[in-house]
Order: sequence, then C-alpha cells, then structure tokens
Amino acid sequence: MSYTIEGATGAWEVVIGLEVHAQVTSEAKLFSGAATEFGAEPNTQVSFIDAGFPGMLPVINRECVAQAVRTGLGLKAQVNLWSRFDRKNYFYADLPQGYQISQYQFPVIGQGEIQIELPDGSTKMIGITRLHLEQDAGKSLHDQHPNKSYIDLNRSGVALMEIVSEPDMRSPEEAGAYLTKLRQILRYLGTCDGNMEQGSLRADVNVSVRKPGEGFRTRCEVKNVNSIRFVMQAVEAEARRQIEVWEAGEEVVQETRLFDTTRGETRSMRSKEDAHDYRYFPDPDLPPLVLQQDWVDQVKAGLPELPDERRARYVGEYGLTPYDAHVLTLEKETAAFYETVAAGRDPKMAANWVTGDFFAGLNRTGHSIGDSPVSAENLGGLLDLIKDGTLSGKLAKEVLEAMFETGKPPAAIVEERGLKQVTDTGAIEAMIDEVMAKNADKVAEYRSGKDKLFGFFVGQTMKAMQGKGNPALVNEILKRKLA
Amino acid sequence: MTAATDLTLAGARAALARREISAVELTRAHLEAIEALNPRLNAFITVTPEQALAQAEAADAALARGEAKPLTGLPLAIKDLFCTAGTRTTAASRILGDFVPPYESTVTSQLLRDGAVFLGKANLDEFAMGSSNTSSAFGAVENPWKRQGEEGTVLVPGGSSGGSAAAVAARLALGATATDTGGSIRQPAAFCGVAGIKPTYGRCSRFGIIAYASSLDQAGPVARTVEDCAILLNSMAGFDPRDSTSADLPVPDFAAACERGVKGLRIGIPREYRLDGLPAEIAALWEQGMAWLKAEGATLVEISLPHTKYALPTYYIVAPAEASSNLARYDGVRFGLRENGEDLKDLYERTRAAGFGEEVKRRILIGTYVLSAGYYDAYYVKAQQVRALIRQDFDHAWEQVDAILAPTTPSAAFGRDEKQDDPVAMYLNDVFTVTANLAGIPGLSVPAGQDAKGLPLGLQILGRRFDEETVFAVGRAIERNAGFSALPALRAAA
Repeated sequence: MSYTIEGATGAWEVVIGLEVHAQVTSEAKLFSGAATEFGAEPNTQVSFIDAGFPGMLPVINRECVAQAVRTGLGLKAQVNLWSRFDRKNYFYADLPQGYQISQYQFPVIGQGEIQIELPDGSTKMIGITRLHLEQDAGKSLHDQHPNKSYIDLNRSGVALMEIVSEPDMRSPEEAGAYLTKLRQILRYLGTCDGNMEQGSLRADVNVSVRKPGEGFRTRCEVKNVNSIRFVMQAVEAEARRQIEVWEAGEEVVQETRLFDTTRGETRSMRSKEDAHDYRYFPDPDLPPLVLQQDWVDQVKAGLPELPDERRARYVGEYGLTPYDAHVLTLEKETAAFYETVAAGRDPKMAANWVTGDFFAGLNRTGHSIGDSPVSAENLGGLLDLIKDGTLSGKLAKEVLEAMFETGKPPAAIVEERGLKQVTDTGAIEAMIDEVMAKNADKVAEYRSGKDKLFGFFVGQTMKAMQGKGNPALVNEILKRKLA
Repeated sequence: MTAATDLTLAGARAALARREISAVELTRAHLEAIEALNPRLNAFITVTPEQALAQAEAADAALARGEAKPLTGLPLAIKDLFCTAGTRTTAASRILGDFVPPYESTVTSQLLRDGAVFLGKANLDEFAMGSSNTSSAFGAVENPWKRQGEEGTVLVPGGSSGGSAAAVAARLALGATATDTGGSIRQPAAFCGVAGIKPTYGRCSRFGIIAYASSLDQAGPVARTVEDCAILLNSMAGFDPRDSTSADLPVPDFAAACERGVKGLRIGIPREYRLDGLPAEIAALWEQGMAWLKAEGATLVEISLPHTKYALPTYYIVAPAEASSNLARYDGVRFGLRENGEDLKDLYERTRAAGFGEEVKRRILIGTYVLSAGYYDAYYVKAQQVRALIRQDFDHAWEQVDAILAPTTPSAAFGRDEKQDDPVAMYLNDVFTVTANLAGIPGLSVPAGQDAKGLPLGLQILGRRFDEETVFAVGRAIERNAGFSALPALRAAA
C-alpha cells in the first residue's frame, strides 16, 4: 500500500531524492597531508594548502580515492576509470581558496543502486545517480564573540563523498530506510563512520509532491539535515507545506530550505534567483583522475562482505529467519558478535540468544554492543553449558543476568552460585518419590486418566529441586514412575 | 680583468673555482651595483644584502672545503612571485601586504640546494599580468637600454618578468628566476637583450610560485648567455610530488646540449608568423637567423600553424578564467591586506578594491565573465577546443621539423607612455609567445640583433615537449652567429 498525504483536493504522493555528504574515513585530507581527527582544538589540523596560502597546490590523496571506489563498488555502481576535478567558485570566510574542489561534470562513480528494507518486511530498489569526491569547507563560529566571527579550518579540505540518489523514494519511511541502509553499507565498508551527530554524514533532502500518475512537480531542497529521524520529519513537513501551497492555487518555488527541528517546519534559506553562479571549470592544478582496471579489481577483491550478502548467508547457510538475519546484520559489530557466538554452535540457538536475552540485557544495563560486559566468547560459553546439560534454559537466563552484572565468564558464575543442574538420576528419583508421596490424590487422578496433571508433577519436582533438575531427566523419570 | 658584474654565470663559476674572486666579493659587487642603479631601474622590490652576504660566506667556506655545487656563490635575482621562506613575497601587489611566506618554493629551494646566493626579489607586473612591468604596485621598472638619440625616453623592460630581465641586463645579477604564462620570460628577455627560456610545462615545479594561470604558468631562467640559462634550468627543473602537474622525467644535461650544433636539424619557419605590419628590421633579423642556421647545416622547412591567429584571443580567455579563480584566495581573511568592512561582503569588496591594481581587476572581471553561466560554453569551452587545435598544429609540425624559429616580439622595447591606453595593443606583444604556453612547449629567446635605434631584438626557438636540449642547441648556434655584444646604457661598472 503506497504512502500518500490526504489534502483538501485528494491524495498527494511524495517524491524524495537524497544527496548525502559522507566524510571519507582517512588519515589525511583529500588534497593535503593534514590530519582529520574529529574534535581537535580549532585550527590545529590545517596545512598551508587547506588555508589557501599563495603558491600552494593540491595533491590527491590515494587512500581517499580508494575509499570512494570501495563505496562505489559497495553500491554496485559503475566505477569511472576517467574522472575529473572541477572548481566550484564562491566566496565565503570558511572557504580559504575561494573555491571548492569537487567533481562536477565527471564523477568517479556513476550509476548504482541500494536495496532498502521497509518495516513491513518488503524491499525496494533505490537508484544511485552518482558519487563524487569533494573538499569540505571550514567552519564559521558566530557565537564566540558579540561582533566577530571565528573560523576553524580543521575541516577545510577533508574528503567528502557526495552520494546522490534518484528521486525514487515515496515516503518518509523510505527516505529513513535509504539513509539507514546507506549508513550501514558505509560502515561495513569502513569508508565513513556514519556519525551524524559529529557531522560525518549529512543529508540534503529533495522533496516534491504530485497527484498520483503525474510527472514531477517543482522540488525544494532541505539542506543539512543531521539525523535519520529529522530527515523523515523534514520530508513530511516539507511535503505538507508544498501541498498547502499547491492547494492554495499557488506555485511551489524552487529554493533551498532549512529544517527547524524545534518547530518541526522548513523555512526558506535562499531562492533560485539568489543562487550562486559557481562558475565551475576543470581545476588546472589537477590532471584527470585516471584509474587502472586492475587496481579497481584489487580494491574489489579486498571488499568485506556487505550487509545484503551477509543477510542472505545467514538465511541460507544458518537457516535463520529473514527477520533475525536482518536484525543481526544491521550493524557490522552485531554481526561480528553473532558470528563469534555461532562459531561451532547451533546458529539458530545462537541467534535466539543474541537477539533475545542478550539484546534485552544490553538494553536493561544501558550498554551497546561495543562496550558489552558480556563478551561474545562468554555468551558462546553459556550456550555450551546449556548444550552439555550443565544448565537448563531457565538457569542459563539467570547466569546471563549475573554475567551482565559482573562481566564474569558463565562457568565461574555457575561455580560460585552452585547453579549447576542436577543430573544425578538417584537424586531426581528421590525427589520425585517425595513429591508423589505428598500428592497421592493427584497421582491417583493422573493414573485414572487425567494426563494434564503431568505438568503439575514436573513443576512440583523442579520447585523442590530449586530449578536445578535436568528437565529431560525429570520428564523421563516422572513418566516412568507415574505409569 | 673583467669587472665582477660583467662575468657570465659560467665565467663567474670558473673564476670562483680558480679562486680568482671570492663569493663575497662577487656578491658585494652585485649589491653595490644594485645600490647604485636600483633606485633608478626599480628592478628589485626587496634587496636582502645580509642574507646574500651570509650565503656568500657559506659559499666561500664550501669552496674552501672543495665542496662546490653547481651554483655555489653565484648571485641571483628571484622574481617576487616565488615564495621565499622568511623573505617578504609580494607578487608586486598591495593585496599581499607584508606577506612573509613560511615556506620556500621548490624552484628556489633547489637553487639554494645548489649553492646559489639570493640578492633579493625582482620586480614584476602585478601577479605577473602584463607585458611592460608597469602594473607593479611597487612602481614600474625601467629598461636599462636607451634608444639612440632619445636617452631621455624611459623604455619598458617588457613583462611580466621585467625586473628579472632588467636586473640581468644591467649587471645587477648574474641570472634570475622568472615565470612565463604568455611570454613573460621571453618578451622581457628580448626587450632587455638577454636570454631566457620557458621550459616545457611540467618541467619545473609550480609549488610555491604564486599562481596566475595554472595551466600556462611555467618557471624558467633569465641570464646573459644561452649556456647560463641551461646551467640555471638544470638546477630549477625536476619532478616534484607536491605539484600534480610536474613531469616525472629525468632532467637532461642542458648545458652539454648547448654545444650539439644544428647540423642535420630541420628548422620550421611558420608561415602564419609573417604578420602584416611586421617591422622590416624584425623580418630581416628573422631572415638572418634562418641564414645562420642554414650555413651551419640545418635544413629550413616552411611549415603551417593554421590556428595561430586564434592564439591570442584563446590565451586572453583561458588565462583570465584561471586567474579569476586563483586570485579568489586574496580576500583579507587569513593573510595579506585587510580593509575592514561592515560585514563579510563589505570586507571582501574593500580589501580587493584597495588591494588589486587596474590590470588585475580587468583580468579578474574578464575571467569571471567567461566562466559565468550562459557564457561558459561560448568562451571557456570554445577556447579549450581552440587550444587543443593549437597543440595539434605543433604536433603536426613536429612530424616535419625538429625546432621552429620565429621572432620573439613584434617590436623592440617601447616607451613607458606608449600603448598604455589600449589594453588590446598591449596584449599584441604576446602574439609570438602565447602559442608555446597554450601548447605547453619550450621556447627560448636569444638576443640576436638590434633595431635601427640600437635596441636589442630577440629570436625565439620553439621545440618539442621536453626537448629543451634541441632548443638550447639551436639557441646557442644563433647566439654564436649573432655575436651580440651591445651593452645597455645603464649598467654596473659603466
């Protein structure tokens, strides 16, 4: 069922395309050797090149190109063996050269696609138009002094990948799912840390609305949205605004807008008439970027397994449900954790424990998988104790809780707390005899055909054994004795 | 004995090696000459006597230890477009204020590596934009040559490397660095009666040279002989990983190539360079050059470079376009001149209005215009297409010839007050030189004769990309035959 917004004149469809700026994970900037670490003191990671000093020249950082190519391959996209850097000219205080070096006409990566997963379990392909490399600008700080602005050039020259989608999304959920999936792929590839709070991933959202079946209407661009939730909110707010404009008999004007996260609405930043004339032209300081096919092949051969392939493997090889496979592959770290737990064990059982009690434990204790007190090795150890009969499922849950609290391995907790399951048939038989003696009336009822009472005896026996009786043995012996 | 300032670079090197003169004496002689003549010629924007003497002392110590390098103790002028660590670098513009670079250009660092002494920073047209060295914010440079009978008329030294050429001609330096974007080495060399080569684009690193037009700018030397140019270029050239357009090729022994001779070489004479209105004495000098080469065993071949007539307009689109972008960084925010304003835009406008001279503003405006939406295809893209055709003209020529002989300029040095009101007439100075920049090929200007009033005239030798060796061989042959020995009116020890 497709998403529409009901207006006064009927249903409206929303058309969304995203331009995502992803900061390339690299030691050095795109055209200089300066460092790129986040959060450094202002203006401590700036070379003379980044500051636009006279006579300074850009030299391409090979690693940034490799990262862009990795990303392109991860998006199943065309890698252009010939691409070019252009200058985008405009004046701003945090743009030291007076131009941004970007790839306007000939990007390094061409068309690709991303498969997105929607909450109802369905999937959809979203086209990628292009990916290009460009420099980030510095940062203007307007709040440090009553009448002065400060400039921090640490970010100036940092490599960005601009990833442009086709206008293929039709709902806020699809836009959210696209960004989620793109971030997941970038993190799997290690080409961008995907950290939206720190600004290493930012989205410009292009929105238009139309009556179902129509061609595209005028779009507006909502700039620099910095969380997935805000992207979804911005899409809806902007779509509703445009519907109001159209329904009032007016025209939507093509313009750049900002999303006000507190008021939940977009407002105009600059209209098309004020748009800069960027005077793009090929950067004469940089020869065309020419890649060798065998180098691209090498990069491809070194790519890690991507989320879609990993998910398929979990379903095919491990027999997991598509849902579990999806949940376990969302984050690279989760998948790695799961695979350690599952190694040499029952993969389904491992999946149940990871997605069930382990995730619940993380939530309860406020941890993430990165700083989990329970290591994958220890969770695996817990599963081993279930398998060899040392722990019942119920006891194992208790042990896991203790593991979250103490960070200790399961064997140590079992030892300390004497939680070991009783498998001594003699002990179990003795306990069962006791239970049967106390409940002679129930025994008689059972023997006269009230089969349902079997569960009662199991419960009583386990209760008497403080839960430590081996359930299989308890069952077996009870059946024999009650017969 | 020859006065220290009259020595050639090679001659001075030999004299130093024989200990006939010390590096300090040599340097002091040049500093004295600068002190005497620079107030008039204005060839230097900044003179660095203490630094020069300290370098000369170090050179004498190295010579004493027997550790002479190719340029040990040889005093040079450095065009003030090359960034020199710790020494003010101005590009002859107000906008750089008192900018002192904390870094050294690759070319000058290689000269220092090879032992050179830097006398100071040579004047130029502002941001290397000009053909008369009249657009410098630090005042015009005077050509040391005088028209016979018009000693009171101040002539221009050519541009943009006017300070470099004037300093070398007047014996204020043994040689100088220069840059050539449309003729800025060869035209002033011709006007001042000295030699100068613009090597192949990519031969010298552009790192640390203040950019005018990046796809055309190339550093080269100015000196009094072809051999001196070769010696200097050997130190200046070479691959630099800090310049992505620098060529990763070995640097041949240019000085050795000078004496190869021209026997068996095919020399192209481009038909399209026989301009209407070319002064008879320049046409005659060109004919004379052909006769010399023929007599030495070269074959003359008439060739066609059909797109020559489009070279000048192409240059005056490409160069300003790149300049308009290259000069955007001079905004008053991080270094150089700042004129505070009401807001950021006002700061930009005031700073750039006060900081740039008229010619620079003109070229920024032209460049901004040709890159603007709606004009880009008609001007910039078209110019790039024509540029490719001009390059192709030369590619075809090299199938028939090994080098090309042409005049360097359509006239001898003109008066400072002439041509100033007509930018287009001024641009015509570059008519024979811009093609080499557009095609990226090397071009050498050699003093080959004088006009009727005794002013020097140059002949230009063009060659294949990265074949400066043949260019030097032909240039040396012209030089030997011309036996150019006239001296400028204003010179040291005169």
